[in-house]
Amino acid sequence: MQVSITVNGEQRTDEVEPRLLLAHYLREVRGLRATNIGCDSTSCGACTVIVDGLSVKSCTVLTAQADGAQVTTLEGLTGADGELHPVQAAFRAEHGLQCGFCTPGMVMAAIGVLADNPDPTDREVREGLEGNLCRCTGYHNIVRAVLTAAQAGPAAGQVPQAQEVEA
Amino acid sequence: MSILGTRVVRTEDPLFLTRGAVYTDDLTDERLTGALHATFIRSQVAHGRLLSVDTSAALEAPGVVAVVTAADVTDLVPIPPPFPFINAEMTRPWLASDRVRFVGDPIAVVLTEERYQGEDAAEMVVVDVDPLPAVVGTAAAAADEVLLFPEAGTNLMASFGDPAPADFFDGCEVVVTQALVNQRVAPVPLETRAAAAAWSPDGRLTAWCTNQGAQQARGQFGDWLEMDPDLIHLITPDVGGGFGAKIGADPEYAFIAWLAKHVGRPVRWAESRSENLVGMLHGRAQDQVVTIGGRRDGTVEAYSLVFDQDCGAYPRIGAVLPTLTMLMAPGVYAFPKVHAQGRALATTTTSIGAYRGAGRPEATAAVERAIDLFAAEIGMDPAEVRRKNLLPAFSEPHTTPMGATYDNGDYTVALDKALEAAGYEELRAEQARRREAGDVRQLGIGLSVYVEITGADNGAGTKEAAELEVHADGTATVLTGTSPHGQGHATSWAMIASDQLGIPVEKITVLHGDTDLVPQGGGTMGSRSLQQGGAAVHQAAEELIEEARRRAAERLEVDPTDLVVDLGLAGLAVRGTPGAAVSFAELAEDERLLVNTVFNADAPTFPFGAHVAVVELDVESGKAQLTRLVAVDDAGTIINPLIAEGQRHGGFAQGVAQALLEEVLYDEDGNPTTSTLADYPFVSATEVPSFELVDMATPTPMNPLGAKGIGEAGTIGATPAVQNAVIDAAAHLGVRHVDMPVTPMRVWRAIQQATHTQQQEGN
Repeated sequence: MQVSITVNGEQRTDEVEPRLLLAHYLREVRGLRATNIGCDSTSCGACTVIVDGLSVKSCTVLTAQADGAQVTTLEGLTGADGELHPVQAAFRAEHGLQCGFCTPGMVMAAIGVLADNPDPTDREVREGLEGNLCRCTGYHNIVRAVLTAAQAGPAAGQVPQAQEVEA
Repeated sequence: MSILGTRVVRTEDPLFLTRGAVYTDDLTDERLTGALHATFIRSQVAHGRLLSVDTSAALEAPGVVAVVTAADVTDLVPIPPPFPFINAEMTRPWLASDRVRFVGDPIAVVLTEERYQGEDAAEMVVVDVDPLPAVVGTAAAAADEVLLFPEAGTNLMASFGDPAPADFFDGCEVVVTQALVNQRVAPVPLETRAAAAAWSPDGRLTAWCTNQGAQQARGQFGDWLEMDPDLIHLITPDVGGGFGAKIGADPEYAFIAWLAKHVGRPVRWAESRSENLVGMLHGRAQDQVVTIGGRRDGTVEAYSLVFDQDCGAYPRIGAVLPTLTMLMAPGVYAFPKVHAQGRALATTTTSIGAYRGAGRPEATAAVERAIDLFAAEIGMDPAEVRRKNLLPAFSEPHTTPMGATYDNGDYTVALDKALEAAGYEELRAEQARRREAGDVRQLGIGLSVYVEITGADNGAGTKEAAELEVHADGTATVLTGTSPHGQGHATSWAMIASDQLGIPVEKITVLHGDTDLVPQGGGTMGSRSLQQGGAAVHQAAEELIEEARRRAAERLEVDPTDLVVDLGLAGLAVRGTPGAAVSFAELAEDERLLVNTVFNADAPTFPFGAHVAVVELDVESGKAQLTRLVAVDDAGTIINPLIAEGQRHGGFAQGVAQALLEEVLYDEDGNPTTSTLADYPFVSATEVPSFELVDMATPTPMNPLGAKGIGEAGTIGATPAVQNAVIDAAAHLGVRHVDMPVTPMRVWRAIQQATHTQQQEGN
């Protein structure tokens, strides 16, 4: 079937199998491999991306369901000038990542948390990220990073608009 | 001011945060163009005779290029046990031929053009197994009624130590015995296993896999595929966590290479999580009995740890873990008599390997539980019992009754720091208040004091290689035999080189995990990397300065001893002669300025610490919430506190997870019941607090950095502290012990049982 999806500002039409998961579409059809797949039960959140403003687990979305949608992945967060998104910058400053595998999903989920709640408490961050698993950090520095990012204001809960990103 | 000891943010992160790291399944290497996707068909029966494998329907499925069964694997011999002391009959077939031994045992492989086609075709392979009784748990294994390897005549893989003498506890006023379960857990690195392989026409193999040590893996590929290792180029790209489960090549990795040769095309494989949870090594899985005896004044006089190690179906590192548990049995204590004995047993389950701590958390959990049981029996504060029995501070090596030689330590100070930071007296007062008031939410305070061994000989000795080159453009390259998978070596190793050479961290590239670039190396495991790999970089920098000094002396026509390192210049300057200087970069213009070195550590090191856990326990539901974890972890000199703290945090969460939540379960037929992340209760952000870290640093004399290992401290210290805290919260109700994971159901039952017993005693 044919889908037309805008990913990181770039719209493309592709012929895909009806059963193709959005996570595999992003990785294999669009070549955006920052989005990782860590489970097969919608448990780990490594595949989290932003679809039409909402953070979703892309392993549980069919590509067909995203037809016509705006999708943002980790690759689409950085400004044209190379400036890191506030959440990216905070993850670096607070050592919120180690092996990096959960990171793309964690960053996108954190943006989703901050979109809903621009000034969360420690507990609210933890509850907001409950569906994203990390084995390396013990969550300590991830929580700190999200709280740090919140200090950047509303931009921390937003994704760049219509910005082209090279695969 | 030295850059060492400062919070340098990681140089890895900009790429990880913008483009994402490049893991094995992300590779777009041109050598993998046209690669087939491998999908394993695995046994769904724990134990049985394999009667037939019908591949005919699968062969007709779309995209299928080949379906491989044991009958096709005529040129490989089964994998022998990894250690010489294991029963030699316990070999592992590449694909099951006549018998399956655990749910997950590979039986066949389909190779397809596309990934999804593999799953479709795999479902069309018809496997007929005649079930045999499963062997679940060490008691069933030790009974030897059902054998995994009939030709071996036993399920015993190996046996370590002897029984305690009959009079071992004679003379003790108090003797307490308790059976403990250190349950089986799944390491669950977020990146599951993945591998790829391509052969070049000249017979050279390029293999990629997600692993903690490329050089060790290459050696295994060579042994298994009967190849000269020099013909193998093994690459470990970015690795998404390991935690011990990616130590050593898994047979599947080498088999991907064999498949690529078999079909004459590159092959790649990335497993699903449900495949990972049955196929990747599990950890822990010891059934222990502790016995502790001593005087009513709190002095422990004798301690015994007897245990069975479940090793799963095929011997891996799990079979040797008993030796580490036994070595560290007495932990931080000055027990006059210590006994330990362990057996390694085969069961029809997933094989056991190393998991963060690997043998040492099991020792610490046992002795820290034993101390609490002893304290409860004599009615003494567990902190006081610990203090009474801790080894006094020592700065010269101390050899324990189990033969471990600890480098240095001050366990009393570690305990005191932890108690002070936690506000121990106030916590006990609050606990007493809640007990008095009969609160539903009771407070529990759990302690652990630990010492562990890091940088132990992992088969490659206690040494590590490093290469350091300064280039004419002022940049530098470090090659290391360690293999980071989250530990930030690219940053820390650059800091070590920068500290001595003055070249900024951002101009130093650290490369690893490629056997063409780095043929020798021990990988990253056992908390060895900084103390051996980091020390090797330090040594390389010193040697490079000496080579530079020789060249500079000629160039500047001065005596080499008149030259001093000028960090601002990143070069050498003539002492007392302003302007007479030359940079390392300039000295690399005519001839490469490069050194290769191997650092040999004198011995392993023994980091130590003390943890205090605080839980709130709802005594009506049995649900415990960890509210605080206060940790003193002394790993000697810290090179980058930001990274070291991150290592501690991660270990804490895994310790909390084992204490409260996580357990791999099998039913009586050997079916895994926790084989997805929906079933396996992987710890989430809501189940841990932010951690409270206390600094303590006692440099080791075993390496010039003064560094000990930090990677595994968290699981070793936190696990028993959290378990002890939950039990402590219900101690006033008569609860003395609850096995891990200390789930609400178990706690509730223990409270009911204790209450019932107390009522009966009252009648």
